[in-house]
Amino acid sequence: MQGKMERTTGEKMVLNFGPQHPATHGTLRIVLELDGESILKATPHAGYLHTGFEKLGEHLDYNQYIVVTDRMNYLSPLSNNFGYVLAVEQLLGIEVPKRCQYIRILMAELSRLADHLLWLGTAALDLGAFSVFLYSFREREKLYSIFEKTTGARLTTSYTRVGGVFRDLYDGFETDARDFITNFPKALKETHTLLTRNRIWMDRTKGVGAISPEDAINYGLTGPCLRATGVAHDIRKAEPYSSYDEMKFDVPVGTNGDAYDRYLVRMEEMIQSCGIVGQALDNLPDGPFSVEDNKIMMPDKSDAYGHIEGLIHHFKIVMDGHGVQPPTGDHYCATESPNGELGFYIVSDGSGTAYRIRIRPPSFFHFQALPHMLEGGMVSDTVAVLGSLNVIAGELDR
Amino acid sequence: MGLANTHIQSGASTEQTDGNIITTTIDKVVNWGRKNSLWPMPFGTACCAIEMMATLASKFDLSRFGSEAIRFSPRQSDLLIVSGRISIKMMPVLKRIYDQMPDPKWVISMGACASCGGVFDTYTLIQGVDQFLPVDVYIPGCPPRPEDLIDAVMQVQRQIQKGELPKGSEVAYNE
Amino acid sequence: MSEEKEVTEETQPIVLEKLREKFADALLADAETSNGVAVVVNKDNSYALLEYLKTELAYAFLVDVTAVDNSNLESELMQYDYARFMVVYHLYTFEGETPRIRVKVPVHEKDLKVTSVTTLWKGANWLERETHDMFGIDFEGHPDLRRILMPDDFEGHPLRKDYPLRGRGERERFNFEKQNV
Ligand code: SF4
Repeated sequence: MQGKMERTTGEKMVLNFGPQHPATHGTLRIVLELDGESILKATPHAGYLHTGFEKLGEHLDYNQYIVVTDRMNYLSPLSNNFGYVLAVEQLLGIEVPKRCQYIRILMAELSRLADHLLWLGTAALDLGAFSVFLYSFREREKLYSIFEKTTGARLTTSYTRVGGVFRDLYDGFETDARDFITNFPKALKETHTLLTRNRIWMDRTKGVGAISPEDAINYGLTGPCLRATGVAHDIRKAEPYSSYDEMKFDVPVGTNGDAYDRYLVRMEEMIQSCGIVGQALDNLPDGPFSVEDNKIMMPDKSDAYGHIEGLIHHFKIVMDGHGVQPPTGDHYCATESPNGELGFYIVSDGSGTAYRIRIRPPSFFHFQALPHMLEGGMVSDTVAVLGSLNVIAGELDR
Repeated sequence: MGLANTHIQSGASTEQTDGNIITTTIDKVVNWGRKNSLWPMPFGTACCAIEMMATLASKFDLSRFGSEAIRFSPRQSDLLIVSGRISIKMMPVLKRIYDQMPDPKWVISMGACASCGGVFDTYTLIQGVDQFLPVDVYIPGCPPRPEDLIDAVMQVQRQIQKGELPKGSEVAYNE
Repeated sequence: MSEEKEVTEETQPIVLEKLREKFADALLADAETSNGVAVVVNKDNSYALLEYLKTELAYAFLVDVTAVDNSNLESELMQYDYARFMVVYHLYTFEGETPRIRVKVPVHEKDLKVTSVTTLWKGANWLERETHDMFGIDFEGHPDLRRILMPDDFEGHPLRKDYPLRGRGERERFNFEKQNV
């Protein structure tokens, strides 16, 4: 299945793949020009899920926008929440307490697990491995229940706030999380047995959709897709934010940059994330879970209802023109989301609403590089390559 | 078709005689069969689609309600689940998919975005697919929980059992 | 700009020194930021500067290309001779002290053209298309400058400040019967 096939007829056929195709997960569209079964040209189309997030950012205040960041990346909303508030905090020039940093790391890593699990399930499903889908959703449901207990929602979590998180971890969190990270590697083993040495899986992914490190950098790939090519770049290591410099973890890299390597890198990342969660739980500091500045962080609900000062602080934050107001200026802040570099470029004019919010989504670049990985291959590779990239349409189109 | 006068409580067995003979009408049998073998066409675009996937997967398992035969080809399905945000670029696609589905067909609008635009009152987002499609069941929530989707499917089943026509067919049948 | 503190001669990053030396006339402003440097360069030299950064200073990674419509931001407007738009590039290097550099290019409304950097980075292709789609800025030398997020027959540029959030009625009036699939 690999390599170029001999030209069959010399006649071209145009195949429209998507936007409604099971393997495109909704809204991606690729127009393929085929000669027989080999792909001569692939043209991806984006924009079918364009929602106007960036425009909306100019109309919502800084805390309201957190809600929008959930809906941008619905595979791992918590790491989007994290990346966004970090950008605002850096613009404000504040640092959150240690405990809060740890909580955020915990949640970001758990959501990395959730993201990779969903990717694993759907990528395998696209290539016909249905049981993997069921297995990974079984694990994902466990994560969902942790998220739900912590944030009150399964998917649209909106957990972070500028200056902290909106509430502390619940009492049984440590038990639940430890439970998960001890059992999860065993569950992942099942998937390994199903896929890693599976002849069909290997045939369909090995050497398929390969990209060289130079091209990957040239195209702007980040995250697991870049690491699969052998570039050990991880923002958590390169520019440690929050408390990532206190965590010990390895950055797994691949060698060929093909779909199979991307699979292996993600599988190993999940194990590393479990390790980080374990370390964060071991060293979880006590103390406040958000900054104690009434101009930034909302007071506790009991305070708002029970004391007049609390009520005033609450009122001031939600009032237009009194809440979080970063100084004039602009700032770009990048975090390592499960898919790669997630950047927020925020321009502030000193008011309570951002002047401009630009989101640098990892998926945009991955989807753009798709023709490079597809051309010269076979039609059936399209599904395998697209699956291995984990393109999230919400983030791609914003 | 006389559907308006029939009352069915459950299943197709309306009148049982002494032996093992069941008398019923063709309509009832058809409806009974149809209700328990809905083939959904998932039109999932955004976050709600993830919850839809969760509904189909291990824990919630939509197949308990006879609707697990997901068909990505509109020509084979009779239940359209619109889950997620629909932009103006996507709407023609959705419309076309709906048109391709054979009658009778039901539409579930899942989530705030599909039903009314949700939190995104922006230039590109359709403020409710019901402006363009006849929607039978709306599910509130952002995203709705899997239980909500299951409930919506059951609601469609109840409608079918009662012999009610889907919204989209009413005009066609009355003429 | 608040987080961009005034740089004193000693603490200056080498990148900044080199840029000042090479592009003395073209640089309109420069500053140090919390995670790198930011420079403003005039339009005619933007390509040369970006090329220099990529080839000589190892800023191999193009992080982002976008634009900002400054029409509601009086101070910015005054500063750069009433240039309405600011095209913003973010670059990253895997080596060196200053990992990130932000290059801003002021663009006048009368002359909405910037040289495309698609020849330097393949990843710039879609980014420039998006900027074109959202702001109406043309990138000269771009191989395929079409709309990317909005439908092809859409009118207007949504991220401009004079475009309303709820649109100009496109979502009600749009031609949905059209078969563009
Ligand atoms: S209703 Fe909420 S969860 Fe569903 S697609 Fe819209 S934003 Fe996403």
